[in-house]
Amino acid sequence: MNATGGSVTGIGAPVRRKEDFRFVTGNGRYTADIGRPGQVHLHFLRSTHAHARIVRIQAGHASRMPGVLAVITGADLAGDKLGPLVCGWMIHSTDGTPMKMAPHPALPADTVRYVGEPVVAVIAETPEQARDAAEAVVIDYEELPAVVDPAAAQREGAPQIHEVAPRNTIFHWQLGDAAAVDSAFARAASVTSLDIVNNRLVPNAIEPRGALAEFDPGSDSYTLWNTSQNPHVARLVLSAFVGVAPEHRLRVVAPDVGGGFGSKIFIYAEEVVALAAARRVRRPVRWICDRSEAFVADAHGRDHVTNAQLAFDRDGKILGLRVKTIANLGAYMSTFSSSVPTYLYATLLSGQYAIPAIHCSVDAVYTNTVPVDAYRGAGRPEATYVIERLMEVSARRLGVDPAELRRKNFVQKFPHQTPVIMSYDCGDYAASLDKALALADWAGFAARKRESETRGKLRGIGLSAYIEACGIAPSQAVGSLGAGVGLWESAEVRVNPTGSVEVLTGSHSHGQGHETTFAQLVSGRLGIPLDAVSIVHGDTDKVQFGMGTYGSRSGAVGMSAIVKALDKVEAKAKKVAAHLLEAAETDIVFENGTFTVAGTDKAATFGEVALNAYLAHKFAGADLEPGLKEGAFYDPVNFTFPAGTHVCEVEIDPDTGRVAVARFTAVDDFGVVINPMIVEGQVHGGIAQGIGQALMEQAVYDEGGQLVTGSYNDYVMPRAMDFPPLVVDTTVTPCPSNPLGMKGCGEAGAIAAPAAVMNAVTDALGTEDVPMPANQLAVWRVLQRQPRQAAE
Amino acid sequence: MPAVSMTVNGKPVRGDVESRTLLVQFLRETLRLTGTHVGCDTSQCGACVVHVDGVAVKSCSMLAVQADGAEVLTIEGVATGDTLHPMQEAFRQNHGLQCGYCTPGMIMTALDIVRRKGHELDDHTIREELEGNLCRCTGYHNIVKSIAAGARAMASGDPARQAAE
Ligand code: FES
Ligand code: FES
Repeated sequence: MNATGGSVTGIGAPVRRKEDFRFVTGNGRYTADIGRPGQVHLHFLRSTHAHARIVRIQAGHASRMPGVLAVITGADLAGDKLGPLVCGWMIHSTDGTPMKMAPHPALPADTVRYVGEPVVAVIAETPEQARDAAEAVVIDYEELPAVVDPAAAQREGAPQIHEVAPRNTIFHWQLGDAAAVDSAFARAASVTSLDIVNNRLVPNAIEPRGALAEFDPGSDSYTLWNTSQNPHVARLVLSAFVGVAPEHRLRVVAPDVGGGFGSKIFIYAEEVVALAAARRVRRPVRWICDRSEAFVADAHGRDHVTNAQLAFDRDGKILGLRVKTIANLGAYMSTFSSSVPTYLYATLLSGQYAIPAIHCSVDAVYTNTVPVDAYRGAGRPEATYVIERLMEVSARRLGVDPAELRRKNFVQKFPHQTPVIMSYDCGDYAASLDKALALADWAGFAARKRESETRGKLRGIGLSAYIEACGIAPSQAVGSLGAGVGLWESAEVRVNPTGSVEVLTGSHSHGQGHETTFAQLVSGRLGIPLDAVSIVHGDTDKVQFGMGTYGSRSGAVGMSAIVKALDKVEAKAKKVAAHLLEAAETDIVFENGTFTVAGTDKAATFGEVALNAYLAHKFAGADLEPGLKEGAFYDPVNFTFPAGTHVCEVEIDPDTGRVAVARFTAVDDFGVVINPMIVEGQVHGGIAQGIGQALMEQAVYDEGGQLVTGSYNDYVMPRAMDFPPLVVDTTVTPCPSNPLGMKGCGEAGAIAAPAAVMNAVTDALGTEDVPMPANQLAVWRVLQRQPRQAAE
Repeated sequence: MPAVSMTVNGKPVRGDVESRTLLVQFLRETLRLTGTHVGCDTSQCGACVVHVDGVAVKSCSMLAVQADGAEVLTIEGVATGDTLHPMQEAFRQNHGLQCGYCTPGMIMTALDIVRRKGHELDDHTIREELEGNLCRCTGYHNIVKSIAAGARAMASGDPARQAAE
């Protein structure tokens, strides 16, 4: 079907996106596309050392070079009384002490702690002049010993990165009942133990980060155009914590944003410096990140080292799960980094299974690497990788079908309280498993494997039955767990006198298609054409407040706020219609865009009522306020729990170690789907990032703390030929906790896929001892360890 | 500063550039044609692809002075007024874009693939031909679909119907 914007198009239609016309014609407007009169350019000189004391910065020559307007150092910023960057989620260690958050100045005054840390900012008339001058700045460093491995960072005698954190340990945290787990393991008939490394990733949205900061001396206020997923949160942090300007004198605009995947949630040093520079030079200051720079300037993701153990009884029922993780948070605590390996991770370790006892302990550590924070899935891919690798390995050890072992342990009754905080509200895990097995032709795998063997290839198949917690998040609940913000969402629905509608939302779209899906909700509900609805987002001067987009929250939370506002609009419109149609308000019925008086043929269209709300000729101002505009804040009552099963089939060339993904099938339960076309696209993208993590992508540091995978080629960014066509389908159990029954779809692929791929690779290779990513070299090494089959 | 002149999207343009100015900088900063994007500094992402004298070129890997006298086509010159080119329409119909950042480069590359490989493009060919174009959002699935549909639509001259298939 090919709905067009001129008609009423509601929930469930695969309507083509309203935003696409501007993007396919080159009329998108990204941060780097915005030109301000008189703008000048900022270039950062970054640390080339992983750990060093700054002895001296000589910038005299650079500051006299052509076009140079200012050279800014950490000492200058300290003089501006700007506060440090902060991590907004407080985690307490097991002993009750707060996490060891070290000061994180936008530019360091005395010590650098990772390669790529910005040290000096040069502002000049052209980007080339800024770059040339930065090259002329001389920084004398006194090198200090560095540590990049998280386990090594905790050892006695390791270089200490921050004074506040002995043994570089930020917190030692735990969740669950250790004694109950011990007793479960004591009773176990079998235990599976696994050592797992979740590889460090670089988010790599194709649009590099950027900032354009302008200071208006007349009003003593700032405007910041920024590649942000959450401009209001950026403004709040820049104002309340960094102290750039009071909130009401700082406008943050996130225009079109070219992908985020988490990396554009955070409040970074570069924005702070651009704002400070704009005030100094009294010109708009523009910073656009180079890609090579982005590899060391954007927060990285994942980087866990884990030992996990799963205990079973004689019948293959899970008795308990024990998990110990060391999470590398890099050289400083990024905006939400502490929540990722804790409440976004350990709370999902129960997977789709009824597990009576779970205990998880997490050590978060500093290392001399780029800060690590949320990346697509954030904690949940790590949890899924742990539990789904354990299930697969256990099935192989116990000699049972991996699908059956999962089925036997599935949660069947809802609501289900896990031992790790979450209360699963609904789901039908067997339904998505069955559908996935059928679509993937699980039964035909043996024949395909034989066929591969005839060509000398190794074939393997793997499952991943994942669950995630989305719809982030009930504010009171996350507040009690340490969150520094509420995680509700806001919406305002403005009906114009001509009956068209603007919706102001605190959600932010950077590829998700909100301009279409949010408009579908309004079009269907008010019975007006899709084209009569505009979605406004990403500007703190327009939208009152909002928490932004991440954690697959914009549907379940952002759209729920719009529903609440629409409820209010409808209620008010009914009052107007009652006056207009001279009937009792209780007799007014609103359906298909028309107000009618029950039992009569009296009717008024939505547009007529909207006009009359503004004309205000038919009612007295004392009885009813003119106008038709309503706002709402929606705070979710629970998380949502998307879940499903992904199946991966790989073929490995034993001569070269190359792994090809032969088939990939995903069946997801996202609850009610607003636009299936867009949902499928989200799943495709997530799967590609998940397969990328499993087979290709890896941020590698050498021992001295140099990032050796600092370009798309070295990092191995997935390309089109790395994937087969993807088979994607859904099952539906509507979410009971929000008005639309939505769960969220943005992260599922990235969460589920790595385990499915690694389960397939280990199946093909016949050994569990394969590191992620299972790139060609890693697989080739595994193959070299193995005696060759006498196939030839 | 050297002066360059070229034809961009059918219009003659002139400008003074530094000898190190890249074609993409000239297009974006001097001509303010910001539909051509920059996604890397190592010639690996393809966000910057334009056509120079009818051939796809990564405009970040060419100097503006090298394009002196050339015919340049950017994404802004592909549609006819408000009517999308069949390849643009195919991307819209097949959800071949999410954030849209890679899209101009993808579409310009797609047109070049059709020029070289014709209108019947199989999955494998398209994926191979996209070696120089990165997308982080779509997993490429719908981009491949879009290009196949767009290529067919270009042959039939009926953009909307063909592209929607
Ligand atoms: S910007 Fe030209 S290839 Fe990346
Ligand atoms: S659509 Fe976002 S990078 Fe391709």
